[in-house]
Amino acid sequence: MLRVDNLVKTFDGERRRRRSPGAEADGRVFAVNDVTFNVPEGALFTLLGPSGCGKTTTLRSIAGLERPDSGTIEVGGRVLFTGGLPGKKTVNVPANERGLGMVFQSYAIWPHMSVFDNVAFPLQVRKRAQRPGRMEISERVLRVLETMELADLADRLATKLSGGQQQRLALARALVIEPPLLLLDEPLSNLDAKLRESLRYELKRLQRELGITSVYVTHDQVEALVLSTSIAVMKGGNVIQLGRPREIYENPNSRFVAEFIGTSNFIVGTVVAKENERYVVDTADGRLMLDSAASMPAGTDVIVSIRPEAVEVSTTSRAGEVPNEWTGTVLTRAFLGDAVDHVVAVGKHEIRARGNPSVSIEQGTGVYLRMDPSKLALVPVD
Amino acid sequence: MTTASPAVPATGATATKRWRRWLPTPKLIITVGVAGAIGYLALVPLYYLIWGTFFDAKGFSLGGFGRAYGDERVGELIANSLWFAIGAAALSLVVGTALAYLNVRTDVPFKALFFAASIIPLIIPGILYTIAWIFLASPEIGLINKVLEPIFGPGLFDVFTVRGMIWVEGLHLSPIVFLLMVATFRSMDPSLEESALMCGASRWQVFRKITVPLTRPAIVAAVLIMTVRSLESFEVPALLGLQNGIYVFTSRIYFVLRTYPPDLAAAGSLASGLLVIAMVGVAISNIVSRSGKSFQTVTGKGFRPRAMELGRWRPVMGSAIVVYFFLTVVAPLLVLLYTSLLRFYQPPSVAAFKSMSLENYRQLVHLSQAATALKNSLFLGVATATLVMAAMAIAAWIVVRSRIPGRQLVDQFAFVPLVIPGLVLGLALSFVYLRSPVPIYGTIFILLIAYCTRYMPYGMRYAVTSMHQIASELEESAQVSGASWWQTFRRVLLPLLAPGLLAGWIYILVVSFRELSSSILLYSPGNEVLSILIFEQYENGQFTVLSALGVVMVLTLVVLVTVGYKLGAKVGLRQD
Repeated sequence: MLRVDNLVKTFDGERRRRRSPGAEADGRVFAVNDVTFNVPEGALFTLLGPSGCGKTTTLRSIAGLERPDSGTIEVGGRVLFTGGLPGKKTVNVPANERGLGMVFQSYAIWPHMSVFDNVAFPLQVRKRAQRPGRMEISERVLRVLETMELADLADRLATKLSGGQQQRLALARALVIEPPLLLLDEPLSNLDAKLRESLRYELKRLQRELGITSVYVTHDQVEALVLSTSIAVMKGGNVIQLGRPREIYENPNSRFVAEFIGTSNFIVGTVVAKENERYVVDTADGRLMLDSAASMPAGTDVIVSIRPEAVEVSTTSRAGEVPNEWTGTVLTRAFLGDAVDHVVAVGKHEIRARGNPSVSIEQGTGVYLRMDPSKLALVPVD
Repeated sequence: MTTASPAVPATGATATKRWRRWLPTPKLIITVGVAGAIGYLALVPLYYLIWGTFFDAKGFSLGGFGRAYGDERVGELIANSLWFAIGAAALSLVVGTALAYLNVRTDVPFKALFFAASIIPLIIPGILYTIAWIFLASPEIGLINKVLEPIFGPGLFDVFTVRGMIWVEGLHLSPIVFLLMVATFRSMDPSLEESALMCGASRWQVFRKITVPLTRPAIVAAVLIMTVRSLESFEVPALLGLQNGIYVFTSRIYFVLRTYPPDLAAAGSLASGLLVIAMVGVAISNIVSRSGKSFQTVTGKGFRPRAMELGRWRPVMGSAIVVYFFLTVVAPLLVLLYTSLLRFYQPPSVAAFKSMSLENYRQLVHLSQAATALKNSLFLGVATATLVMAAMAIAAWIVVRSRIPGRQLVDQFAFVPLVIPGLVLGLALSFVYLRSPVPIYGTIFILLIAYCTRYMPYGMRYAVTSMHQIASELEESAQVSGASWWQTFRRVLLPLLAPGLLAGWIYILVVSFRELSSSILLYSPGNEVLSILIFEQYENGQFTVLSALGVVMVLTLVVLVTVGYKLGAKVGLRQD
């Protein structure tokens, strides 16, 4: 549905202060550096990364608001941009002829128009030949407002809406032309935490119901995990890892991804043996067994990424029954309501464990830590 | 009907696209047109000014400079100019800053008067303000002198001196400083001062050690702007200075041009000198205000600081406010009104009050020149304001939003006229259009060109400021929704810009309506505007008719401003 190939976008030095990644010798900064991905029909594809990673620039390039230096962008087989290829003509369809829907971070609701007028605008500005009649415009606007549960507010001045309503209005405006592709630029970041959480599920339901192909930009990992059919984690203008949410969470391919998505304990070690996908890694504090699809020959220095919820804390030993049991002392514990965190000192390491609130062990107690080999991940040393 | 998902464009459409690509889009025509007009208005007069100064019939010559600066009294000219400009700037700064501080930071009484005292002098044209002060403080006929004569003897105050000029100019400029400084004091975080108080500093120490250093960039910028404005001022030096042979640059240029035959090269040389001084002043103020931006503490946020209690000083300050209001607003207006009702100018007495009539106003009705001048002023005001704001809205978009290479040039060109004194601009434009084959010289359109040039920078300021306040996402979302450039501009940007554009429109209408210093060199009989007519009548000694005309002019301005603000309130209401 959406194909992005080898997208490159640089900014000149003037903008360096705003975007951090490394500058080139000529003062140009790569905001997006050779990004390639495909989004199948009906999918919700998320660009996830910290600020300045190039995710918004990628989205704006798809929208036509930024002009990439080179690469190709295709939606439904229609080339929206292609450039920088020797011997081929540059194509750059202007944003207003791309026919895509977009929800902006600030919603960009026009404050001088009513709710109805905001949604009607994309239909009213069409070229005369394609413009629907007055009746049809009003019918389509009301239909989409109905879907967004805003029909009662159609005559209201757009600025009189609450945050959640404004978000739905922005969505209604983006969807009224029934675009082949919906672009969402951090649409939930302006809302308070409670509303954000409920709208997350609302957005997911709508997207799956309408089956509209979407590209979603966010820096919030939970949002990405909840909403996406697939995620591209970006850093410094590059896609670091691309995959389904579960894959990315359970098998991060780098320390950066493991750190950015969720929290993780990192333990440095060396691969001593490998049999099929079962690795044996020696660390300063003991031996770990783990399953990984990564290919790291014996002798490689690696980092083992251990999610806190993969660590079981117990006062009784089950050594011999299960692998990967270490001993340590509880340094601190914290009650989080739905879970209890223990920070356990093991040799030189401090390992964070998250478990059921029923298990809460006092500070200073000696404990056993057990780590499920299938839930540990191997990432290369960077 | 929805079209099927926008797939590959049909082949028929590509053919049309191909020839349409060679047609300029509205966006291209409009932006290039506006940028070109700005460049033309800003640069051509300067070019011809230099040309007219250095070239005469025989070719390159420095003769004009010799005649202009060869006079042994040139030192006096420069000294007078600087003394007058710096004096007026200093007076306006002290008065304006003190009033602003009192208004924002203290519980001074009569706060309502501040608004009137800061807006009304901006409305009263400089020429009327000056003439009003002649009626008040001329040594022979001044009302104040007459009132004080029994105590101090005749002619206590003499407005026809450099001090008198400083007084009038300084008072007339003080509301501008007031408005600038009010904005500065409002945007300064009061906790900076409060924390100094908590550290044990006295009020005075806080003012000296915290308030003044923090607002220094604004103060320095205000001084420089006011100095440049006084340097460029024409009304005050012409009416007050020429009488006693006190020359500053502007009045000297006027004098040189009025002698026969007019020495254009000498006038151009003087104008160039003035231009250089003005440019230096503006350049320094730009540097200062740019370095001032590093003061992160003075933010754009509006604070409502707790008012400082003046205690027993409150009545003193209160009466100072009343005196200031009386001097800047009441006295000048009252004296005009009083004079307009007399048969001939005389100090107030029972006989004077008995002789009062509306005769002068009746004369005005029969004076065909007056009707023409009013019509011309109105036409020029409305046309200038409309043309400038329409063009500057586009120019602001080019500068703030577009990525057209060289867009910063548009910004810089639009600000060039700021350093060109009105009289110099008038001279430069007469150089341009005396030689131009286009028959503009001697018509009202040369005045229109002059006004558009002069007020372009102000229009630009208003338009750019409001453009910055519109989030670019509002525009981008229209683009993504399929709107063309022109549709976006008309349906999204213009309505959102409207309040700012209207404010600029009102301002330009007011200043064009009372413009004198460019008009005086460019008007021709039949094309007089109100301020020119008043100037002529003053020279002819028709004080009473002039006052009546002045009253009509002020009333017209008040009506225009009121209507403008009413309209603005309507636009503003839709906003929230």
